Amino acid sequence: MLMSLSCTVLGVGLFVLTQATTSGFEEFFIKTILGTDGAMRVEDKIQDTLRQMTAGGGSDFQISQRQGLKYIEGVEEPKLIINALKDFSNVSGAAPVLRGSVLVRADFKNESAQAFGISLEDHLKVSDLGRQIVQGDVATFREQPAGALMGRVLADRLQLSTGSTFILEAQGQRLRYTVSAIYETGVADIDKMRVYIHLSEARSLLKKPSGVSFVQVNLFEKDRAPQNALQMQEVLKHSAKPWQEREKSWLSTFRALRISSAITVSVFTLIAGLAMFNTLAMIVLEKTKDIAILRSMGYERRDITQIFLWQAGIVLTIGAVLGCIVGALSTLGVSYMPLPISGIFKTETFVVSWNAWHYVEAITTAALMVMIASVIPARRAARLEPGDIVRGTAQ
Amino acid sequence: MAFTNELALRCDGLHRYLGQDDARVHVLKGVSFAARRGEVYAIVGPSGCGKSTLLYLLGLLDRPDGGEIEINGQLMSTSDDAARTAARCEHIGFVFQFHFLMLEFSALDNVMMPMRKLGRLSQQEMVERAHSLLSSVGLGDKTHRLGTQLSGGEQQRVAVARALANQPSIILADEPTGNLDVKNSGLVFDLLTRLAKENGQAVILVTHNPEIAARCDFTRPMRDGLFA
Repeated sequence: MLMSLSCTVLGVGLFVLTQATTSGFEEFFIKTILGTDGAMRVEDKIQDTLRQMTAGGGSDFQISQRQGLKYIEGVEEPKLIINALKDFSNVSGAAPVLRGSVLVRADFKNESAQAFGISLEDHLKVSDLGRQIVQGDVATFREQPAGALMGRVLADRLQLSTGSTFILEAQGQRLRYTVSAIYETGVADIDKMRVYIHLSEARSLLKKPSGVSFVQVNLFEKDRAPQNALQMQEVLKHSAKPWQEREKSWLSTFRALRISSAITVSVFTLIAGLAMFNTLAMIVLEKTKDIAILRSMGYERRDITQIFLWQAGIVLTIGAVLGCIVGALSTLGVSYMPLPISGIFKTETFVVSWNAWHYVEAITTAALMVMIASVIPARRAARLEPGDIVRGTAQ
Repeated sequence: MAFTNELALRCDGLHRYLGQDDARVHVLKGVSFAARRGEVYAIVGPSGCGKSTLLYLLGLLDRPDGGEIEINGQLMSTSDDAARTAARCEHIGFVFQFHFLMLEFSALDNVMMPMRKLGRLSQQEMVERAHSLLSSVGLGDKTHRLGTQLSGGEQQRVAVARALANQPSIILADEPTGNLDVKNSGLVFDLLTRLAKENGQAVILVTHNPEIAARCDFTRPMRDGLFA
């Protein structure tokens, strides 16, 4: 019984811990990417490819054929799109972004990068850019028409700091900018590639006087992004990509990790179930006499089954409560463990998620294993014939 | 007592086989028997003659291969498990050779177990009745002792109190004094018969002890699966 209890405690505790850590990292990753690239992007215009052929001479005969979708790169009328987006109740903000490849020239060396022309006030509503500044401040960028926000990795490579100047080269022209601030998202691909400049500057640099590459959208309820994207695509005639689709590969990886760890630690609850089966089977053998006495007193078969299931239930309850406490304490302990990570996000410690569903899932898994394992010996106990037992013991 | 001389139990032409195939033995060969309330019956005979087998059949712990059993006028030999279990709870009290107490529980708890199942009394009433029964078997000051903290004689007296808990009409005792010394044997037998007579219960006991058998109202000797 102690073995079963220990395995239940361990199984529930580890289940909670692994779910808390894997979910923690997943949620932190989602928070990072939502804070960087927003919940959705409305980008390329969808070209209507419906072809129709109508018979002449006043006839109603008509043939329609819809071929594969075609896209025209970018958003030609960002203001119209942004205005239309405001009609969607779940949209909390929309910001135009003009993107283009550039060469960053510094005194020390040159690096290829992506210039992101942004409208600062709009962009702050759809991203965490303001909170991602690690050197300098956004106010300086706001005040400097030729200011730039540079990713930390890129700045380190070019040995630039706030106040340093550099040249962005694109479309055969070179413009000089000042590093207003340095940001760090923790996502290596962003921090080494992106230079944010004012939208008007980007238009000059990239020679794109109108239109933008995409409109970055933020939502009140992030999980509704796929449904909203479909609606927007239908209404705006522009492709709309939700964050779930954009980060599909990473999200699948996190999900696989979470399921894999859940399966692994479920082995402990499986062992708890086997231990429970073994223990109860032994108890049935040891307590046949007591079972016979209870039956002789008028206790029914279901009463006997219930006695054994109660024993399992008590072990399960104690195990689940202790397991949840162990899980919560170890989750708390792990959250303080130093673990510097950068690349897909940046953190200095283990990231954990406090979610009641982890505890519910852990308890449900343990309950299933233990109770299934208990039913067989309990039913076996109930099937014992009191006469056979008493006769065997008495004679 | 109002119940005295009422027929509590009757069996007719009971047959029982034990074992299988070549080892199959015809243990009871058409036994008939009746017991009235307020009377004490002793079934005696050599080992293997079928005394205990008969007792378990009468106590509905086992099913006969042939014949009828009636408990308080109700035919039970063909009834289902639920009805037999309910009849055991309400009408039958058992005392076995080995006390068969639940040693992890106190004497009080052991006596209260049949009452809990019957469910006719409140918790307070059950406690009071258990106290009363334990006092009547001379264990009023040991009600809270665990089974392991009682002597063999005391354990058997608790078993007697437990058998009487639901005021059954029939007490079946399988060598109730077989595991006790002479002093305790006499004590337990006296208790069993006195309380049973006071309550108008039919007592059927299986014994090897001729002195105990001689003190019963009726003695039925058995031989080779039949009453001699």
